[in-house]
Amino acid sequence: MTMKTSTRQVDGISIVDCSGRITLGEGSVILRDTVRDLLGKGQKKILLNLGDVTYIDSSGIGELVSAFTTVRNQGGELKLLHLTKKVNDLLQITKLYTVFDVKDDEAAAVKAFK
Amino acid sequence: MTNNRVSYTLDSTLETVDSAEQTASRMAAEAGFGEDEVMQISMAVREAAVNAVLHGNAYDPDKKVKLDFERTSHELVITIRDQGKGLDPAKIPDPLAPENLLKTSGRGIFLIRSFMDEVQIHPSHTGTEIKLVKHVPGAAGGH
Repeated sequence: MTMKTSTRQVDGISIVDCSGRITLGEGSVILRDTVRDLLGKGQKKILLNLGDVTYIDSSGIGELVSAFTTVRNQGGELKLLHLTKKVNDLLQITKLYTVFDVKDDEAAAVKAFK
Repeated sequence: MTNNRVSYTLDSTLETVDSAEQTASRMAAEAGFGEDEVMQISMAVREAAVNAVLHGNAYDPDKKVKLDFERTSHELVITIRDQGKGLDPAKIPDPLAPENLLKTSGRGIFLIRSFMDEVQIHPSHTGTEIKLVKHVPGAAGGH
């Protein structure tokens, strides 16, 4: 299943619903382009909903890190929502769970943005 | 005791990475591994294939990736060889070190080591061979 994203706005926060595989190649590129487009429009508060992401490899993890640092370097915030067990496990073993702000409730996540 | 061996010679493309992952997933399931272990094995093979295609062969159409699966009653052994310049594992930075946490690459070998029971990396000037072993749970000689 290829990676797909769909973006919606809730209280000034861009929520990106991601589905499919974030892997080397198309999946990583789609995520990169989506975040870049949002930043280009001045939308710097981004919540990545990964609830329907079925698979992520080291390139996909790298793309999440890249998105996080790119948004932060532009004065914005990027948070993660609804991690699947697989993605959660990967962020735990790579210690990135300590880097990302991970939420499991959308309304609370939206409120958590400054 | 059963002993099955399958070998593939593949182009240095992204399709090879996907194909290696899918084959690993099928072989692991057939070997009797559970869902989580199948995912771990297929991800380890995917990461090794990415290294072979990108960092080893650098997408060179003249260079091939060799993929071997050997299944015995107590383990699954996967060997991936490329024709690159040779990967020196000692030069790979620790991705868990605080100064490396926000790097966007360099986690592949770490994930492979995390997911497999044994990992051997043999670099040479004609390429790198990486051997991955996963013991069948409960089998004689396994863990």
